[in-house]
Amino acid sequence: MEKLYSKSALRKALVSSFACIVTAVSLPGVANAEAVKVGMILTYSGPNASLGELIDRGASLYVKLHGKELPAGTTVEIIKRDDTGINPDLAKRLAQELIVRDQVNILTGGQWTPNTMAIEALSKQAKMPYVVMGAGGSNVTWQEPYVIRTSFTVWQSSYPLGQWAAKKGYKTAYTLVSDFAAGHDAEAAFIKGFTAGGGKVMSSVRVPMKTTDYLPYLLKVKEANPDLLFLFNPGGPAATAFMKAIADIGITTSKIKVIGTGDITTDEELPNMGRAPLGVITVHHYSAAATRKANLDFVAAWKREYGANSTPSFFSVGGWDGMKAIFDAVRAQKGKMTPDATMAYLRNWSNPDSPRGPIHIEPETGEIVQHEYVRRVEERDGHLANIEIETLAATGDPEKQFKAKP
Amino acid sequence: MTRPTDTALPGKGMPAIPASKRWLEAVPWLLALGTYAAAPQYAPLLTQIFVMILFAMSLDLLVGYTGIVTLGHAAQFGTGAYVAGILAARGWITDPTMTAVIAMVAAGCIGLFFGSLMLRTKGLAFLMLSVASGMFLYEIANKATGITGGDDGLQGVVFSPLLGLWEFDFRGTTAFFYSFVMLFLTFIFLRRVVNSPFGWSLRGLRENDLRMSAIGCHNYRRRLTAYTIASTLAGLAGAVQAQCTGFVALNSLSFELSGAVLIMLILGGSGRLYGAMFGVPIYMFAQDYLAKRDPTNWFLWQGIILLILVLFARGGVLSLAERGFHACCRRRPG
Amino acid sequence: MSSTLINILFFGLSYGMILYMTSVGLSITMGLMGFVNLAHGVFAMLGGYATVTLMNSLGVPFFPALLAACIMVTVLGFVLERLLYRRLYGATELDQVLFSMALIFISVAIARIFWGPLAQPIALPKYLHGHIDLIGATIPTYRLFLLVFGSVVAAALWLGFDRTLFGARVRAAVEDHAMAEAVGINTDRLFALTFGLGTGLAALGGGLGAEILAISPGYPLQYIIFFLIVVAVGGLGSIKGPLYASLIIGLADTATKYIMPEAGMIFVFAFVFLLLRWRPQGIVSRRKG
Repeated sequence: MEKLYSKSALRKALVSSFACIVTAVSLPGVANAEAVKVGMILTYSGPNASLGELIDRGASLYVKLHGKELPAGTTVEIIKRDDTGINPDLAKRLAQELIVRDQVNILTGGQWTPNTMAIEALSKQAKMPYVVMGAGGSNVTWQEPYVIRTSFTVWQSSYPLGQWAAKKGYKTAYTLVSDFAAGHDAEAAFIKGFTAGGGKVMSSVRVPMKTTDYLPYLLKVKEANPDLLFLFNPGGPAATAFMKAIADIGITTSKIKVIGTGDITTDEELPNMGRAPLGVITVHHYSAAATRKANLDFVAAWKREYGANSTPSFFSVGGWDGMKAIFDAVRAQKGKMTPDATMAYLRNWSNPDSPRGPIHIEPETGEIVQHEYVRRVEERDGHLANIEIETLAATGDPEKQFKAKP
Repeated sequence: MTRPTDTALPGKGMPAIPASKRWLEAVPWLLALGTYAAAPQYAPLLTQIFVMILFAMSLDLLVGYTGIVTLGHAAQFGTGAYVAGILAARGWITDPTMTAVIAMVAAGCIGLFFGSLMLRTKGLAFLMLSVASGMFLYEIANKATGITGGDDGLQGVVFSPLLGLWEFDFRGTTAFFYSFVMLFLTFIFLRRVVNSPFGWSLRGLRENDLRMSAIGCHNYRRRLTAYTIASTLAGLAGAVQAQCTGFVALNSLSFELSGAVLIMLILGGSGRLYGAMFGVPIYMFAQDYLAKRDPTNWFLWQGIILLILVLFARGGVLSLAERGFHACCRRRPG
Repeated sequence: MSSTLINILFFGLSYGMILYMTSVGLSITMGLMGFVNLAHGVFAMLGGYATVTLMNSLGVPFFPALLAACIMVTVLGFVLERLLYRRLYGATELDQVLFSMALIFISVAIARIFWGPLAQPIALPKYLHGHIDLIGATIPTYRLFLLVFGSVVAAALWLGFDRTLFGARVRAAVEDHAMAEAVGINTDRLFALTFGLGTGLAALGGGLGAEILAISPGYPLQYIIFFLIVVAVGGLGSIKGPLYASLIIGLADTATKYIMPEAGMIFVFAFVFLLLRWRPQGIVSRRKG
């Protein structure tokens, strides 16, 4: 009998000690009111570090130029973490640690849609404001209460491009997109915009991400001989390889017009593309060649900071505006951050003077509303540049409007 | 060209640890619980470490005991993760234990299928077949966006509370204890397997398979059994991962994951079950620490550590410790 | 229709040639030394970086830059073989995998430190730009050049290994290492030389293929699968095997992309899987199973 008693006592002790641990864990961290911590998760290593660096540089540039403009006594500490690429498990764990271990007030980064989605589930559970600087999937801001986005959606550029192309009188199109989520979005959005305007899509092909040889696909495009070739790829080396292949097979010199989102002629890859992309039409929210004063200042500051050969891209501008939104929220609350006040502020945040023109956040969805620009690749001062030729009306995410209507 | 492995056999047919030192076996487990008690904010990292140890142990059965070097073990891990994840995301079965069992069966079947196709080959051909098997599943998951979410990952994975009692919370408390228990059960099971006559026949296959068939052993069948067991356990690791993170992504099927788990296993020392228990934490703590100190260049440090390890500490950390231990013992008089 | 056929043939064969030039070195070294060198792509990447840097920063023309890159990487390969690789000749497959992974990690980090994370542009000479028309088919000039150049390299290698004393020694060592040593072949030196040659070939492939397999720090990890596939399908230690394998895979890949673009890479991996099931030792193998 005694034995049994001692056993259950032991069990009791164990249970209560576990209970202690659990309560210790669940006690909310009381942070110093004036020291705001921002956790930033981006890709800093591995094959995809280049995009992470562009976002980080945009964000860091803002901190460098305006990071001191804070209420007296308030400091902002930025804690950087590396998600090593498309790696949602790791991203989620890093976010978990930033919340639990480092007790951050705001999460940011969000370079990849999958990683962002994984973190969002957490941000909802922990009521943690999350500013997405890079991801472009429409579902990133759908019904997530603690999320805003300062980047873009793929629909935002592909859909108006389809409408624009139909309006310009192009009849037939062939779509060629990289086979990943953003590519599928781009394909659907362009087709929707183009066919609604009376255009006809001849064929839609998805190119595997691992492919390095694009000629066979382009051969098929050439034989179909459409008016338009709509392209989408993840940017970076793939964009250059695509463009070179298009020139190699002679599409640029044929009657087929190459169009796409800004990803296919990103500002940082243009110098690598030779003369192939001359005349390519794209729709996007940012071009480093734009002549707005805010952008001229931004690009000048960028080149002072990172060297004359470095060019900011649309990713950088997402980082810049994201960091500005965070600092504005800190200023508005004088450093005494609460999740709900932060979100209330961020959901109504606007920046009339972003390098990409006026932008604001849609309060209901947390989605960014911004202008899209029709651009043509032209030569300026011996370099190729995306020259803005037409400004389209500011929109939120078109896909959400379609989803909301029925 | 390859000499017999000196990295493997602990002792000579006896358990690695003498009976009088049996209490030592409890140390890693108490250490894990102690770490958690001292620093509960490390629960998410510890959980991920447990999952990887579980995965690495299943690989050890192949690499360390049977001598099958595979670079496609993530195929089974990912199958487990996706099966558990899809069942939960669709709302078909959300009970963690049930989904784990189904995931194990599915991964076991995949392992049986690929194993039966690949295990008659050896060396480079087998290595490449294993890579191809992983890539094949990866591509299928990548293409089947309707089911797997493709490259966006599987969304809306929500499991019901564990045993109807504990919800998977964002601090990772439930996940920690759940993965801990799963790892413990797997360890007990694997220890029985490797110390059974079947386990010894696997060691025999690793050392000399001609001699094994000469004494009447069905080599292929034994290998296939080992491969299927290891696949089932890898599927369990995948399912636990899906349950603890509430997310499944393509990288759970990737070549990189297969490579990483192999590195972690070798780092600890293969062929001794405990290798995974040391290799995985060392690797992941180092990664965690280095990635924080210098996020951009942690590849460099990782590479240098691996290089030092392979040049100067062949056979992994455990074999290094063992050698140190023996050297100390020998120096002692008597 | 015939023009389509010509196009597919050309694209497939020239793509195969790129695979061949980057992978053949791996086949030779792996076959000779039995060393699972996953880090082969490192040398191809360094060749690419050296070529691009020489051209962009120092203004060296394409071909001299390519040659210089080859020589530099050959020397580097030779030195690494003497310092590091030879220590692991007797090691298990596992240790070799681990070692070469370490080399990959280190080189990825170093490439990032020196050249940054972005892909390096390669500015090919003007005469390799554009395309020519051939019986109604459009052939990019560079692809034609790759096809010709690849054939020359293949022929040179075949002559070198089949008709010279050095080649005979290498073949002997691949066939039976101990016997070769017994008849007085200095396999130690032979290994170092062959390893240098293999890495030099990788560098050549890296430089020539930079237009298609973009040179960035992730290179050794991204393309390792392609190299291993070619070597495994081709068969270890042979010169002809990787050529056939590269061309078959290049053609199969191109044809699938054209005929069934929606199938993606599934088909390629399934194809490789079946090929390896059918001939585990590769299409052409000098090593006996």
